[in-house]
Amino acid sequence: MAGVDEFARALEDTPGGGVVLTSIDAISNWARGHSLWIMPMGTACCAMELIAASFSRFDFDRHGSIPRPDPRHTDVMVVAGTITKKMAPSVKLLWEQMPEPKWCVAMGNCAVSGGIFHHDTYSVIRGVDEFLPVDVYIAGCPPRPESLQDGLLRLREKVRSESISPSRRRTVEGLLPLPGGEKR
Amino acid sequence: MTRMTIDELREHLCAAYPDLCPLFSVEFGDGVLLVDSARLREALEDLKELGFDRLGMVTAVDFGDEFELVYRLTSRSMRVGMFVKARVPRSIASVRSTVDLWPSADWQEREIFDLFGIVFEAHPDLRRILLTDDWVGHPLRKDYIDDSIIRRPDYL
Amino acid sequence: MSAECRTVVNVGPSHPSTHGVCRVLVELDGEIVRRAEPIIGYLHRGIEKMAENRSYLQVVPLTDRLDYVGSMYANWAYCRAVERLAGIRVPERAEYIRVIVCELQRIASHMMSIGSTGADTGAFTAFMYAFNQREQVVDLFEALSGSRLTYNYVRPGGVGADLPEGWVERCREFVAQHPAAMMEIDDLLFGNVICRARTKGIGVLTPHDAIGWGASGPVARGSGVDWDLRRDDPYSVYPRLDFTVPLGERGDCYDRGRVRLWECVESCRIVTQALDQLEPGPVQAEGLPRLLAPRPGDAYDHIESARGSLGVYLVSDGSVRPYRMHVRSPAFANLALLPMLAEGHTLSDLVVVLGSLDPVFGEVDR
Repeated sequence: MAGVDEFARALEDTPGGGVVLTSIDAISNWARGHSLWIMPMGTACCAMELIAASFSRFDFDRHGSIPRPDPRHTDVMVVAGTITKKMAPSVKLLWEQMPEPKWCVAMGNCAVSGGIFHHDTYSVIRGVDEFLPVDVYIAGCPPRPESLQDGLLRLREKVRSESISPSRRRTVEGLLPLPGGEKR
Repeated sequence: MTRMTIDELREHLCAAYPDLCPLFSVEFGDGVLLVDSARLREALEDLKELGFDRLGMVTAVDFGDEFELVYRLTSRSMRVGMFVKARVPRSIASVRSTVDLWPSADWQEREIFDLFGIVFEAHPDLRRILLTDDWVGHPLRKDYIDDSIIRRPDYL
Repeated sequence: MSAECRTVVNVGPSHPSTHGVCRVLVELDGEIVRRAEPIIGYLHRGIEKMAENRSYLQVVPLTDRLDYVGSMYANWAYCRAVERLAGIRVPERAEYIRVIVCELQRIASHMMSIGSTGADTGAFTAFMYAFNQREQVVDLFEALSGSRLTYNYVRPGGVGADLPEGWVERCREFVAQHPAAMMEIDDLLFGNVICRARTKGIGVLTPHDAIGWGASGPVARGSGVDWDLRRDDPYSVYPRLDFTVPLGERGDCYDRGRVRLWECVESCRIVTQALDQLEPGPVQAEGLPRLLAPRPGDAYDHIESARGSLGVYLVSDGSVRPYRMHVRSPAFANLALLPMLAEGHTLSDLVVVLGSLDPVFGEVDR
């Protein structure tokens, strides 16, 4: 990204460079939006639908969304499943390892709000947005692969509004502290 | 061997260990041996001798002043299962481990220690298993309080 | 070799080959595993605590989320415990439907396990073939319950709804083609020389250890332990159905996989027979109150799930909520074998051994 950054900064400084940048933005966003590689953060039931989505029947590869278990290769973290207090530090660590620009999809009710595990339980974090900046929420328990597809297409729309220009870049708000303090 | 009925099991048990006989009862179609916590270990050893080669489940129930430990034993040769139950007082919640009799007790006793705080003496590796090591309290106790729990509105 | 030469490697909790959120702390001597310690609890959601504040009927959806690869089993085991506690008699048609859906569920669950054996040993194509079969079962369940994964179909006193129109024919079509598909997967996966080399003689479990450690299901039967609750502690309508229990000989990963494969073929036989014997009738017990309040006491019931004997222990204090629910999870007991089975093998075999134990972490951690 460093080269792109320098190039964008230099262009923006030149008079009229901003106009050139918008069309570069269009190209880069098109490229980014069509190759959203997934970091499958599948912890529970939704992970099964995430697997089904990437297999022959639903075939998410055709959207350019290839699951890669290595965070350093990926653009989107799909949090699929319940996040417990024991798991949250690992999720946060993996998120921090992903390179910018990155997006987060909360798949399923557990990742959205705790879902069925919202009440009465002592170990579940009520929604992954308590510590990660979530871009797309997908409801369902678990959501069908079609819902995930819809969510990823919506994310592609969101990617379209991004810019490589330093002054117009979307700033990801800093990570929130884990609920209950860093210790857990 | 054919499947043993509860009555046959009772006869078999009484013939081998007459002292355990009065403690045997039938509840919801299952044989239950209700023993004193001091004699629990002895009873379990006897039952293993009798042919109960599998410890399917160990769990505990919080009854206020006491914890009830529930052992589910299965015998492959007799094709029958039964329960052994013992109550330990809450203030001295401690019981002898059964890992040396049935290794399957290993993780299950760790789970009970984790969620109920019952100590198993002579357990080889008694640590928390499901919760984080620095967790405070034992959640399956009825009096467990945690600020992070949101009580569910009572719809029923 | 001295302890100084050992490397400690942390596998997980988010690792593609752990089949969930399991962390394994591995002590390596070169590439040889000297000690492997599974650290679980990353999906501990406190379902047992939650059940204490739900009515008996409201717990059923929670049991779906225990074993999310085979939701019907936990539904059924829980419902059997409630029925035993409350003395509910289940109509015969409902029992047959339960057997049919649970045998189909066994196919769906084993497809996941066999497929992931392929993925673990480098034969990813077999995973695709297996998943194709699984999707067909999932479609059948979707027609039945409206959901692809969490069915909430088996309820105390019967099942949620009768079979929809045309379902029996669809089901017959599926079980007619499934054995041939299994043979294909067998050729593709277990006929593959790489897969055979990666699984044969790896992670050998002796029958003695299998019994002592409380292993059940295909893990125990792969070692030749002839124990199947469907036959040895018969429940529901299984005594009226004719099936054999496949057994392994050596107790290695290969045998465990093959046992699963043959169980799927047997399940097809069971489903066919159950469909033949299915008579019209009610599918839900009459006159059940909306709020069950069984008399005080405790009950345990278990069924043979895809992973082994799945039991539910319920304590009632006479109120409308369970006083305590405990799930005897077969995956939990099977996973405890990992340190013993992985020791002495290479790190890449650890993945195969873990896959052959087929843990589902919703059920391990509850």
